[in-house]
Amino acid sequence: MSAAAENAPGEAKVIPIESAPSWSEPPADGSGLADRVAGAVGGALAGRLGAAATRAFGKGWEDRAADGLAFLRRRITGDYEVDEFGFDRELTEEVLLGLLRPLAEKYFRIEVRGIENIPAEGGALIVANHSGTIPLDALMTQVVIHDHHPRHRHLRMLAADLVFVLPGINELARKAGHTLACNEDAQALLERGELVGVWPEGFKGVGKPFSERYKLQRFGRGGFVSSALRARVPIVPCSIVGAEETYPMIGDFRTLARLLGLPYVPITPTFPWLGPLGAVPLPTKWIIEFGEPIATDRHPVEAADDPMLVFDLADEVRETIQHTLYQLLVRRRSVFF
Amino acid sequence: MLVTGVGRHLGARFAAELRRRPGVDLVVGVDVQPPGPALRALAEPDGPAAPYRFHQLDLRRPAVARVIAEHGVDTVVHLAVSATGLGSTNRSAVKESNVIGTMQLLGACQKAPGVRRLVVKSTTGVYGSAPRDPAVFTERTQPKTLPGGGFAKDAVEVEGYVRGFARRRPDVAVTVLRFANIVGPGADTPLTDYFALPVLPTVLGYDPRLQFAHEDDVVEVLCRASFPAEPGTVNTGTVNVAGEGVLLLSQCARRLGRPTLPLLLPAVSWIAGLARQTRLVDVSPEHLRLLTHGRVVDTARLRESFGYRPVFSTPEAFADFAAAQSPGLLPLGRLTAVTDGLAALLGPEAGRTTGPGPTTPGTPARPHRPRS
Repeated sequence: MSAAAENAPGEAKVIPIESAPSWSEPPADGSGLADRVAGAVGGALAGRLGAAATRAFGKGWEDRAADGLAFLRRRITGDYEVDEFGFDRELTEEVLLGLLRPLAEKYFRIEVRGIENIPAEGGALIVANHSGTIPLDALMTQVVIHDHHPRHRHLRMLAADLVFVLPGINELARKAGHTLACNEDAQALLERGELVGVWPEGFKGVGKPFSERYKLQRFGRGGFVSSALRARVPIVPCSIVGAEETYPMIGDFRTLARLLGLPYVPITPTFPWLGPLGAVPLPTKWIIEFGEPIATDRHPVEAADDPMLVFDLADEVRETIQHTLYQLLVRRRSVFF
Repeated sequence: MLVTGVGRHLGARFAAELRRRPGVDLVVGVDVQPPGPALRALAEPDGPAAPYRFHQLDLRRPAVARVIAEHGVDTVVHLAVSATGLGSTNRSAVKESNVIGTMQLLGACQKAPGVRRLVVKSTTGVYGSAPRDPAVFTERTQPKTLPGGGFAKDAVEVEGYVRGFARRRPDVAVTVLRFANIVGPGADTPLTDYFALPVLPTVLGYDPRLQFAHEDDVVEVLCRASFPAEPGTVNTGTVNVAGEGVLLLSQCARRLGRPTLPLLLPAVSWIAGLARQTRLVDVSPEHLRLLTHGRVVDTARLRESFGYRPVFSTPEAFADFAAAQSPGLLPLGRLTAVTDGLAALLGPEAGRTTGPGPTTPGTPARPHRPRS
């Protein structure tokens, strides 16, 4: 098209916007503006700008622009689907993961191991260690599972209730497929055959001081094990190395945290001293390893109500993750490379 | 058969539908006001129909007992549980008519040995809307915070009295239907009033998940609950009724072609209060909470044990409602014309991904239900 357009400048101008097949109503006032804009853009594209755009954006830019327009069209008309939990697959794939991907690939250079331990289909519960003051580790896990898994599965994360109280954050979290960490939601997602991610240490893990790095905290009440037992899905232990050093937390503004109703307000070597710059994570090298799945279908469904078995399984998962963390740390060359 | 709340659109439609069903000898409608001329036309079914009697009475008074005794009523369908009053918008009058009316009706039913079946309209509002609750409510879910006031609290209290009645009269088949927001071309609820605004104020930083039940499905579910259950299904107990799927508020606004105006929560509360006082739009605090946190219910029981699959999914029900609305300030046609126009400028080979002839999204063909 671009070649043809260059040869016959002005041809694109004659495509009036009213000829678009969806335009059946008589043009109201205001459509004139859209018409003029479209005409002007068309004229510019057909003329010198078309060639310039090909140089600037590379070959095939029309295709990409058309894809973008189709995406835009679906978004502005609300023509997309969300599931019961508010997961907006299209937005997640096209926008949210795209924003996080450079961070995972270029900044933290995440090395992924054992992705084959995540089943190709059906429900599974990914249990991982939590660290790094800001739950970047959870977001990065979501990106690498989508990008590295052969079936490009989406990780549905169980997040703390604080996430769903905060304006803005709750909206993004729901659209990215996260939901509240509660038994009902976990079980509902697992029974629908989704891949569910849980960070059972919660704020104890993500907000622990730097001196306790890579020491797993208590795994709550083991509610995640009950959910997996009820849904009869395997538990995949996941060990994340590198996130601990992104924001080394050397102190905590307890009073301020209590005042704001937050679990902690971190002090790191750069925050709050450098202001917004302090919010930039350190460029550490990450390794995310998925371990052998632990089957839960060898136990009857009633086992979910047996506290001893639940604690035993939770301990087994915890030990596996802790052990893998130590192995990975021994093998790691340096924090940053 | 006794139907309460026939002075409203839903009640009138349901009474008309009942009269068409075989095995119905007489339909008795009661309400505080007789249905208006438009509703009367709707209530007059074409073809053979069971006779119909209307009694104008206030449910808050014990007169309903006489009506039940006079006609030997065996099935009572209680639809007069509503967010807005007929004629008066006074909140305490509405509450009285919901709660005291239900108590009087249940008292009358208890004294009437002929009553075999009771169907009560409730709302999914009984689950409330809170960020700390599970994403999907089942009939068994206990919400962390019960609704503190408004229509939802009325519904919680009504359900409580109905449960008490079910214990005292175990021989009566009791069904409580929790409907999601009811929409349809003729629906008139606070939520549909909100969607009729030219610019939709929303709460900044929140995009609630909403579910809708189409009027046609609501009438059909009420009918099924009013007759003995078909083999293999159970039509008593508490059942959530909503179309499948979920729409976000932002999606609803876009499909309606209405711009949104995101405001901070306190500002929205203030505007809602002002609108309520000036009688412009009635957006109660509970609707505000719904429009902040949203609410989704699980409809597995409706589909599996009640044995009914709604004809309209949530997006379809909304599309049917949207089609009856005036086009907004951002009509879909103009928006798609701009993107399609730009795509056309890129040329046919690049534009192939946009698909052939653009369809107007959000308005699929209206599904057809075979009339029995």
